Amino acid sequence: MEATYNYKVVRQFAIMTVVWGIVGMLVGVIIASQLIWPTLTESLGPLAPYLSYGRLRPLHTNAVIFAFGGCGLFATSLYIVQRTCQTRLLSDGLASFVFWGWQLIILLAAISLPMGYTTGKEYAELEWPIDLLITVVWVAYAVLFLGTIVIRKTKHIYVSNWFFGAYILAIALLHLVNSAELPWALGGGSWLKSYSAYAGVQDAMVQWWYGHNAVGFFLTVAFLGMMYYFIPKQAGRPIYSYRLSIVHFWTLNFIYMWAGPHHLLYTALPDWAQSLGMVFSLMLLAPSWGGMMNGIMTLSGAWHKLRTDPILKFLITAMSFYGMSTFEGPMMSVKTVNALSHYTEWTVGHVHSGALGWVAMVTIGSLYHLIPRLFGREEMHSVKLINVHFWWSTIGVVLYIAALWIAGVAQGLMWRATNTDGTLTYSFAQSVAAMYPFYTIRLIGGTMFFAGMLLMAYNVWKTVAAGKAVNDARIPEAVAA
Amino acid sequence: MDTGTFGAVVTVLFFLLFIVILWWAFRRENKQKFEDAANLPFQEDARETGKRRTD
Repeated sequence: MEATYNYKVVRQFAIMTVVWGIVGMLVGVIIASQLIWPTLTESLGPLAPYLSYGRLRPLHTNAVIFAFGGCGLFATSLYIVQRTCQTRLLSDGLASFVFWGWQLIILLAAISLPMGYTTGKEYAELEWPIDLLITVVWVAYAVLFLGTIVIRKTKHIYVSNWFFGAYILAIALLHLVNSAELPWALGGGSWLKSYSAYAGVQDAMVQWWYGHNAVGFFLTVAFLGMMYYFIPKQAGRPIYSYRLSIVHFWTLNFIYMWAGPHHLLYTALPDWAQSLGMVFSLMLLAPSWGGMMNGIMTLSGAWHKLRTDPILKFLITAMSFYGMSTFEGPMMSVKTVNALSHYTEWTVGHVHSGALGWVAMVTIGSLYHLIPRLFGREEMHSVKLINVHFWWSTIGVVLYIAALWIAGVAQGLMWRATNTDGTLTYSFAQSVAAMYPFYTIRLIGGTMFFAGMLLMAYNVWKTVAAGKAVNDARIPEAVAA
Repeated sequence: MDTGTFGAVVTVLFFLLFIVILWWAFRRENKQKFEDAANLPFQEDARETGKRRTD
C-alpha cells in the first residue's frame, strides 16, 4: 500500500475552525451589543441569567481563542508537520482522540461558562475537571506532534515545526502551573468550584505570567508557525530569510516568558518586577518586527501577486497587523503610557488588533489555502468572495480598533482629570456615557468581521459540496538525506 | 548562592547561549543547510511534477 498522509484530522479541525469562528464571533457581537443596550437580554425570562454579559464574555474569549484559534492551530500544525516531515502522523487513533477530546472540552466550556462555573482567572476560567481533561488531550497532542517529528523522513526540521513545538511545550507548562487549584469539594463544598493554589499578589503574577504567555505562545508563536509555512506556499517562494526565522524563534522564546508583569503595573507587585516586565516587553519589539519583515519580504520581487491573490492579501495584512500590535504592545507596557491606557477600552482595541487583524486573518488566509487541498480542488469555490471577505474583515478591524483607541484615550483622560481643588472633573457615569458612539462603531466593525465569517462558511460549503475528501494524498519518496 | 545571584548567573548564561545561537545561525558553513531547510515546503511539490497531483 502506498504511504499516505492523514488528512482526516486536518479536515475535521479545519471545518470546525470555521464553525467555532462563527460561534465565538457571534457571542462577541452579542456582548458588544449589550454594552450599548445593557438590558438587551434581560427580557428573555429564565434564559436571561445565562446570557448576562459577565457569563458570555468568558464564553466569547474562550470560544475565539481556544475553539476557533485552537482548531485552526490543530488543523495547520498537523498538516504542516506531515508535509514538511514527509511522513504520516504518528498515530491515527491519537489524532482522533485529540480531535474529539478538544471538541468535548469546547462543549463543556460552552455549557459551564453560561451556567456561571468559573475559576475567575482570565483566559483560564474553566473549572478543574475540564482543566484535567485539557491536560490529557494536550499531552496526547504533544505526543502526536513531537512523535511525528521523531519519525520524520526529512533531514531538517522545518522552522514552522519549531514554532509549533515551542507552543505545545509552553502551553503545557503554563496550563499546569496556572491551573494548580484546590477543588472546594475537599472542604465539603461544590464539586465544581475550586480555588487557586496561590494567594494574593503571587496569584496575580502567576495568572499574568500565564495570561501574557498565552498571548505570546498560543496567539503569537503558534500562528507564526502557520505564517512560516503558508506565506511561502501561497507566494510560491521560500521564506525571505531562514536565518532570520531562527533568530526570530529563539529571541521570542528567551524574552516572552518575562513580559507578563506589564499587566500588573501600579499594583501590589514589587516595583522591580514591574520594571522587568516593562523592559522585556520593550525588547520584544525587535524580534516581532524582524519576524514581520521576514514574512512580508518573502513577497519581495513578487509584489504583483498581492494585487490578484486575496489569500496573500489576508496573509500579508495579517503580518501588518502583527507588526502594528507588537509595536503598540511594548508602547502600552511603558509605565507612563500604561497609566493612561490600563483598564480602558484601548486595551480591548489592542487585543482585537492582534486577535482579529493578526490571528484571525492569518488563520483565514491559511484555511483558504488549505481547504481546497483537503477536498481535491485547485482553489476555493469563489475567489471573488475571498476578496469580498478580505475587505469586509479589513474595514471591520480598522473601524473596531480606531473606535476603541479614541474611546480608550478619552476614557483615560476623563478618569484622571481633576479640578483645581483636587476633586474629579467627571463622574464615572459620565465616562461611560461618552463611550456610546465608540461602542456603536465597534459593533459595526465587529459585525462586519462576523459577516465575513458567514461568507467564508458559504464559500467553504460550496467548495466541500463540489469536492471530494482527499484521503489518499501520497507521501513522496523521502528526500535523499 | 542566594536567589539574586542565581538569577544573575542564569541571565548571563542565557545571554551567552543566545550569542552562540546567533553565531550558529549566521555561520557561513550552515548557509546551505538552512537553504535546504527553507525549501522543505516545496520539495515534494517538485517531485510530484508530472505525476498525479495530490496537493
